[in-house]
Amino acid sequence: MSKLLVSAIGPASSVQDGGRYGAQRYGLTPSGAMDRIALAAANCLVGNAPFAAGIEIGPFGAAFTAREGAVRVALAGALRSADVSGRAVAFDTSMTLADGENLTLGFARGGCFSYLAIEGGIAGEPMFGSLAVNARAGLGSPYPRPLQAGDALQVEAASGAPERRIDLPAAGNRPICVVLGPQDDEFSEDTVRLFLDSEWKVSATSDRMGYRLEGPAIQHLHGHNIVSDGTVNGSIQVPGNGAPIVLMPDRGTTGGYPKIATVISADFGRFAQIPVGTGFHFKAVSMAEAQAELRKLAELLRSLPDRVRDIESFDLNLEALQTANVAGAAVSAIDAGTWQTASPAAARD
Amino acid sequence: MAAILSPPRLLPSGDSAITVEFSRHIDDAENQRVLALDRAVATEAIAGVTETVPTYRSLLVHYDPLQIGFDALSEKLGALAQLPVPPAAKTRRWRIPVVYGGEHGIDLEDVAKTLNTTPDDIVARHIAADYRVAMIGFTPGWSYLSGLPASLQMPRRQNPRLLTPAGTVSIGGVQTGVQCLAGPSGWHLLGRTAVRTYQLHRDPIFLLEPGDRVTFDPVDAKTFAEQDRAAEAGEIVAELMAT
Repeated sequence: MSKLLVSAIGPASSVQDGGRYGAQRYGLTPSGAMDRIALAAANCLVGNAPFAAGIEIGPFGAAFTAREGAVRVALAGALRSADVSGRAVAFDTSMTLADGENLTLGFARGGCFSYLAIEGGIAGEPMFGSLAVNARAGLGSPYPRPLQAGDALQVEAASGAPERRIDLPAAGNRPICVVLGPQDDEFSEDTVRLFLDSEWKVSATSDRMGYRLEGPAIQHLHGHNIVSDGTVNGSIQVPGNGAPIVLMPDRGTTGGYPKIATVISADFGRFAQIPVGTGFHFKAVSMAEAQAELRKLAELLRSLPDRVRDIESFDLNLEALQTANVAGAAVSAIDAGTWQTASPAAARD
Repeated sequence: MAAILSPPRLLPSGDSAITVEFSRHIDDAENQRVLALDRAVATEAIAGVTETVPTYRSLLVHYDPLQIGFDALSEKLGALAQLPVPPAAKTRRWRIPVVYGGEHGIDLEDVAKTLNTTPDDIVARHIAADYRVAMIGFTPGWSYLSGLPASLQMPRRQNPRLLTPAGTVSIGGVQTGVQCLAGPSGWHLLGRTAVRTYQLHRDPIFLLEPGDRVTFDPVDAKTFAEQDRAAEAGEIVAELMAT
């Protein structure tokens, strides 16, 4: 076994996996990764099951150190500067930290959450089949709380497998699709139109329970108290002050505010990555469209292993490299040690 | 002849869940229909249904759209909801010990003042009633009970508290509740129970089921402290009554 030491970490960073489902009827919040595709991509790079536990790193910086042996890891999700002992490393690739080596990460750019997958996963005691941290319920393992500097995760020793990169489709800048309801009839048609036509921003008071939105006030037809009913990831509830809250994986399993719409499953991870203060729009789609998008997402998940290749076999693409540099990635086009940063992901935001 | 039941509304909760809404209000008969549909869905074992969340007025059915579509599942749920409500196989009845007032129930005096009576009378009213677990939600083990006497119904607090203790027994609107974890609440705190409605590493992890009957049994602070120690060690300090 090796250890991955958390040598520095900002708030909102925790061990997350696919989440714990099956006991929402008892009030058990599912938790799990905010951006499941990014977690799955990172896991795929190191040969883990797609929703094995990894480290969800919030918008601030972080640093990790391999101890008592080498550790093989992979990064995906929101881009940020990344270096291993001073040498820039790329997202959407795996890398091996030699014993004592540091991986240092900067602030997230154009996203919120990055995922660090560790070859062999993280040793812990599953609760309801999951290591995912739910701080409010005191659940999660190895620490039932967000990570803190000084935490040490028990992990597998690095296998020495060749390093790999994954080619992910661009996330794009499309509107966030929603299915109206279940309580859109608690709002007038004009109000629903206002909700769909307005530009929204994620408020700084957002967290893993819910993203508060800033935009026009959404008025209710019959007041803001409904008798509580069940919630899902992406439920958009509107409390008394008219500022919608999108429920995230640490949500309450039931809620007592009318829900005007629900973010579709296929767009949930992309929504979770919208940084505070960045404008976006919602778009209403039909149930058939939403479920078709979900099928596409399932297909993408299934295709992840096919999208992985050894780094040695990847053709260096100078044009992509230049694009990445123009986009502000901290690489030098002439430094062969940093060429991996020129992944299509650099242009993903 | 069975009465014709009004059909529930089948509302999309995104692309992977359906809210089967029987009522917009808290209504015991409609809650019975919710729980009956919940049992029927469990019995039917519909392929693609992943879990259900019964509430006062609706059943949230989570499903995998890769296995069953919205229309097909809506049709099945609609048909199941039209079946006559069968009696629950076996109703369990719990007696839950509560230490009322003082530091354990800091709103008891105020509730008594608001309702123009004494704290003892509030306790007497609260323990006289027969409650039913209508739903469990919000946080693990938070049990919402129906059956609060009309004489104890009052609006929630103007200013919700950010932190209320684990085991709090409180009233709010037409409901009374037992919360398991410490957390925010806008309800009036009458007392505390040592009973853990949710406890990891205990069998069962979740004590109460929607549909269970509950009565409260007043205990003194010393008994509460003893029960709290026993409960912490994994003992179920609620009493399961013969039915």
